[in-house]
Amino acid sequence: MTDKPIDKEKSARKEAPVRRVVNESGIEIKPQYTAEDVLLTGGIDASRAGEAPFTRGIHPLMYRHRPWTMRQYTGFANAADTNKRFKYLIANGQTGLNVAFDLATQCGYDSDAPEAVGEVGRVGMAVDTLRDFEIAFDGIDLDAITVSLTINGAAAILIAMYLAMAEKRGYDVAKLRGTAQNDILKEFIGRGTWIYPVDPSVKLVADTIEYCAKVAPKYSPVSVCGYHIRESGATPAEEMGYAFAIAKAYTDAALARGLDIDEFAGRLSFNFNIFGNLFEQVAKFRAGRRLWARIILDGYGAKKPESGWLRMIAGGGGFGLTIEQPENNIMRGAYYALIAALGGAQTMALCCYDEAYTIPTPKAQRISLRTMQLLIEEIGLADTVDPLGGSYYVESLTNQLEEKIVEAMDWVDAKGGIVKAVSDGVIQAKVSEYAFARQKALESGALRKVGVNCYTDTDEEKPQVDLHGYDEMGAIEQLDALRQMRATRNNDAVERALAAVRAEARAGRNVMPALMQAVKAYATVGEMTNALVDVYGRFREPTELWRKVA
Amino acid sequence: MTERRIKVLLAKPGLDGHDVGAKVVVQALMEAGFDVIYTGLRQTPDAIAAAAAEAGVDVIGLSILSGAHISLCRRIRDLLQEKGLYDKLWIVGGNIPEQDRMVLRQLGYRGVFPTGSRTDQIVSFIREHVK
Repeated sequence: MTDKPIDKEKSARKEAPVRRVVNESGIEIKPQYTAEDVLLTGGIDASRAGEAPFTRGIHPLMYRHRPWTMRQYTGFANAADTNKRFKYLIANGQTGLNVAFDLATQCGYDSDAPEAVGEVGRVGMAVDTLRDFEIAFDGIDLDAITVSLTINGAAAILIAMYLAMAEKRGYDVAKLRGTAQNDILKEFIGRGTWIYPVDPSVKLVADTIEYCAKVAPKYSPVSVCGYHIRESGATPAEEMGYAFAIAKAYTDAALARGLDIDEFAGRLSFNFNIFGNLFEQVAKFRAGRRLWARIILDGYGAKKPESGWLRMIAGGGGFGLTIEQPENNIMRGAYYALIAALGGAQTMALCCYDEAYTIPTPKAQRISLRTMQLLIEEIGLADTVDPLGGSYYVESLTNQLEEKIVEAMDWVDAKGGIVKAVSDGVIQAKVSEYAFARQKALESGALRKVGVNCYTDTDEEKPQVDLHGYDEMGAIEQLDALRQMRATRNNDAVERALAAVRAEARAGRNVMPALMQAVKAYATVGEMTNALVDVYGRFREPTELWRKVA
Repeated sequence: MTERRIKVLLAKPGLDGHDVGAKVVVQALMEAGFDVIYTGLRQTPDAIAAAAAEAGVDVIGLSILSGAHISLCRRIRDLLQEKGLYDKLWIVGGNIPEQDRMVLRQLGYRGVFPTGSRTDQIVSFIREHVK
């Protein structure tokens, strides 16, 4: 530049205004960050990885000790078909299993229920009785591979099934590891596989926490999900804030049973989403880790540091993927995996590039798996903990995200707590309003999405995606097996066991021991669910209020 | 203008719990000035047909992302016809593969809006097709 004065109009044209950037959580992003920004936002947490409040990671060595568990969401048709896919993934280096169930199972219906027509084995594996679990995990070493059950409304029943199956195969349940999603409060906000009304639903979660604390103390009975709340429209800060509000509700319910915080808090786990701005998500994970540690260690007074660990699966990213130009989703998946690795996730799962079209094909599953393996083997993501720690930008954002997460938790408190906010439908309405705003921004082009509203294809080339067909035969086989089971099991024993489930529920006691007996008698998911519905009733969705708020 | 407001029933049939899109469409239709009734999740075909008849709607919209759209749309078609609602506008949205779209149109669902459709497309389609 010269010192020669230039006319004003010309200068204004030359200095284009700096583009204003505000991230989804509502934080304005500066063009450059310095040490001063870190200080002004609250400084750097000087603790090392493995030291409370765990900003940099819950373990001292993180992936240097052991890379994240790779756990693709899998399940379709029946137990036999799913067992084959499990073995395919294990043969390809997958280190955990994450089971998808069909909608009938998730909603507590048997495969022969009228509600299940057309749904048996469609979006996941069909399960009617313990027999299905015996087949699904046949030949899989449950000590070597941990199993995560993506089940919520029917979680108490399926946890009982998993424990009973392991026991039958000779495993010591007291040492058995594994996870159930079992986060029913988020099902009322997004995902929608609720069965009972809100209060008894939370009661059942407390039953599983209490039972596992006593009988299967290594098992993680709950994985609190910000994930689906984010998919439904929440910002990253809200995702974490609402998840913490939910986790606190389960914690309070477990404490009310007389459990000590250190008996169960270490077995609570979390599930978060990874689509969106990389730095915002990484800051979300770092901020979330230290906030949760403070909530449990300072707020609830836990003594064991591991009670305050934010153990998490970070994955999916489904909302970020597009039906347009589906191959782009392979690249998105790679960046999302990078986010999860930089964020310090214990477990990772990626949505597959074809998932907007179909149940993933084996090839798509393998690409997701290879994406994670590449990061470990070639790109250096497993070499040092928290690689972005100390970055002016990420440290400042971490501090600011923490404030935003606290704001989201305060909002829930102001609405009377998470159980009330969910029962009233106000949180659903808030999340849905944001989803609508985001859709409008996508349609107007204000929110840029590659292949959707910019860089769209001009030629008429059709995307090449192989579809996973729905296998009617799988459903027919499932119905035959169920019919045969009903005919050959001891039906008197089933009736007695179901009567016991009803009696325990009516008495307000923990239903898990009675469910264990019913499961072992080969009672069906539908029979056990109906026994509980007899006592608890069914949930009715508050759609009227949602309309009013919207 | 004394033009009657267009009345829409938006329903989630079956067990599918994906309601982000349905709720976005409800809000878009409301913003466009339509009267909208949203059923919430897990409605049976009978309940949907009964609600459509009772509320006297112009448009019956279904949102299905589980993949069970053909069997559900067929059952709902039968019930809507039984109730004499064949002159209403039936539309369906969701995760619908290309080869199924013609099947749904042949069943009588004149508007088929697969994932990725814009809300303004849905709004203008309804405006054009409601008599």
